[in-house]
Amino acid sequence: MATEILQLIINGIMAGTILAVPAIGLTAIFAVLRFANFALASHATIGAFAGLVANVNFGLPVVPSLAFAFLAAGLVGLATDEFVLKPFRAAGFITTAIGSIALTIALENVVRFIFGNELRGYDLPIRRDWRFEGIRIGPQQVENLAIAVAVMAAVFLFLMLTRTGKAMRAVADNPMLANIKGINAEMVARIVSFVGMGLAGLGGMLIGLDTTIDPLTGFRAILSIFAAAVVGGLGSIPGAVVGALTVGIGEELSLLFLSPNYRSAVGFFTILLVLIFRPRGILGQRAF
Amino acid sequence: MENYLVAMAVSAGIFALMALGMNVIWGMAGLINLGLVGFFGVGAYVSALLTLKLQFPISVGIALGTAAAAAVGAVVALVTVRLKGDYLAIVTLGFAETVRLVASNEIWLTNGTDGLSGIARPFGASLAPVQFNLFYLCLVAALVTVLFVLVDRLSHSPFARVLRAIREDEQVAAVAGKHVILFKVKAFAFGSAALGLAGALYGHYTSYIAPDIFVPLLTLYIKLALMVGGVGNSLGAVVGAVVVVTFLESTRFVTPLIPGLSHVQGAALREFLISVSLLVILRFRQQGILPEARAHPVVPTLTSESRLR
Repeated sequence: MATEILQLIINGIMAGTILAVPAIGLTAIFAVLRFANFALASHATIGAFAGLVANVNFGLPVVPSLAFAFLAAGLVGLATDEFVLKPFRAAGFITTAIGSIALTIALENVVRFIFGNELRGYDLPIRRDWRFEGIRIGPQQVENLAIAVAVMAAVFLFLMLTRTGKAMRAVADNPMLANIKGINAEMVARIVSFVGMGLAGLGGMLIGLDTTIDPLTGFRAILSIFAAAVVGGLGSIPGAVVGALTVGIGEELSLLFLSPNYRSAVGFFTILLVLIFRPRGILGQRAF
Repeated sequence: MENYLVAMAVSAGIFALMALGMNVIWGMAGLINLGLVGFFGVGAYVSALLTLKLQFPISVGIALGTAAAAAVGAVVALVTVRLKGDYLAIVTLGFAETVRLVASNEIWLTNGTDGLSGIARPFGASLAPVQFNLFYLCLVAALVTVLFVLVDRLSHSPFARVLRAIREDEQVAAVAGKHVILFKVKAFAFGSAALGLAGALYGHYTSYIAPDIFVPLLTLYIKLALMVGGVGNSLGAVVGAVVVVTFLESTRFVTPLIPGLSHVQGAALREFLISVSLLVILRFRQQGILPEARAHPVVPTLTSESRLR
């Protein structure tokens, strides 16, 4: 029993760390642009498929394929935000949220049109799981974990040290004051759309590396991603990490008493519990 | 062909019921509900299961399905009463997904993703298919008329005035001595009842329901109907439903015209066209074809909402 629980917690940490990548993307977009961008689902799918093309069709290894996933989803995110979602923001968050759902269905169907509905898998070397005292760990999972941690570290350094990162935090904190200081909010919005959706795409591929992908990959993950961001406090980047680990471990531990099919309902109930008792999430609504 | 047109009219009627229900929740009370398929599904499954497994009469099944959706709506409203905006959007979307998960996984009850078939049709045994379609059209049309009159009367009542006040500013409504929570719960329950009724009617018409019918795309269809007709306008909701069903069906004829498309590609193209047209309407025709009556603008205009924020 103890090993079983330990195994579930380890699985949960690995799943949660991967989940943190798109959750950071979502929460960063919310911090700067102030709306819940449901289009994240299709961008995760686009990233997963872009990575698939790089990995299977061009024969690239995993890490360059992930970079390709980031770039493709980021560019699509930049373009769709500029031409589709930006005009909605003036009309308020309801319109923008609905617009982002319509956008996500449109993009998902572009992927379906090109790739069809079949399940597809990445070209990965087959490796034996490591075993310690009854605990099983897959080398690919550890590699994914390391990549996710490295990506997060890069995001934190970007926000802490670069001028652009500081400008993003300033706009998230107080858009009016940032404007007075001469920060170009339009440019910051573009950068956050590119980076946020890029992270979504990278996260989509990381999620897909463990299993298979199809055009609904992003949509299936969206509830867990939103749960992670909301649990930690929408708009807070460290919160997204804490939230993702909470949701990841919670989803795995739920396997002790729930059928695996209900895994994604765990995210929903975590959201409900947290919102009832702490409406602004565990770490509150601060950007950083 | 006539049969097909009647079937289209029936689905337009079912869409109109949902649009009218959403008009109360979204248009009047200003509450976002992205999980409307969840309530539709509750109504459909409760009525189908009661008539299939317990041999309830169809009318009782539909009534109880409607009541169940209303009860679930009241519970969801109570739980989410402190949530606004984006958070409410996420939670209602999550609710609908959870309903779909339950419907797909409780196989002993719902037959899982295979769905429930052989749901009883009213007078299905004694009527020929053509007659049955016509009968069902009359039934749905009658219910749409009743609900239309109800919602229209409601929108001129003091109850709806309070709802609009809550939508504009909850605190002011509370200061004026209105029990905000009670009003929100009532509005949500009433709207959910209409959604549940639509679901139950759908099940007894097609005699087959499955979890993959309750996808978020259906939510978009209803939003599209409301946007086309003008949110907050009851007549607009009905007109919008007719326009959307006509449009949805016409895309069915467009895709086969393009040579060399596989079945999946055709379906993807259809969904793409539908979602893009919603985006276009959202962008360029916020007020819909039939804008809301001037006396009580139901959706805040661009300026008033940005001012509120």
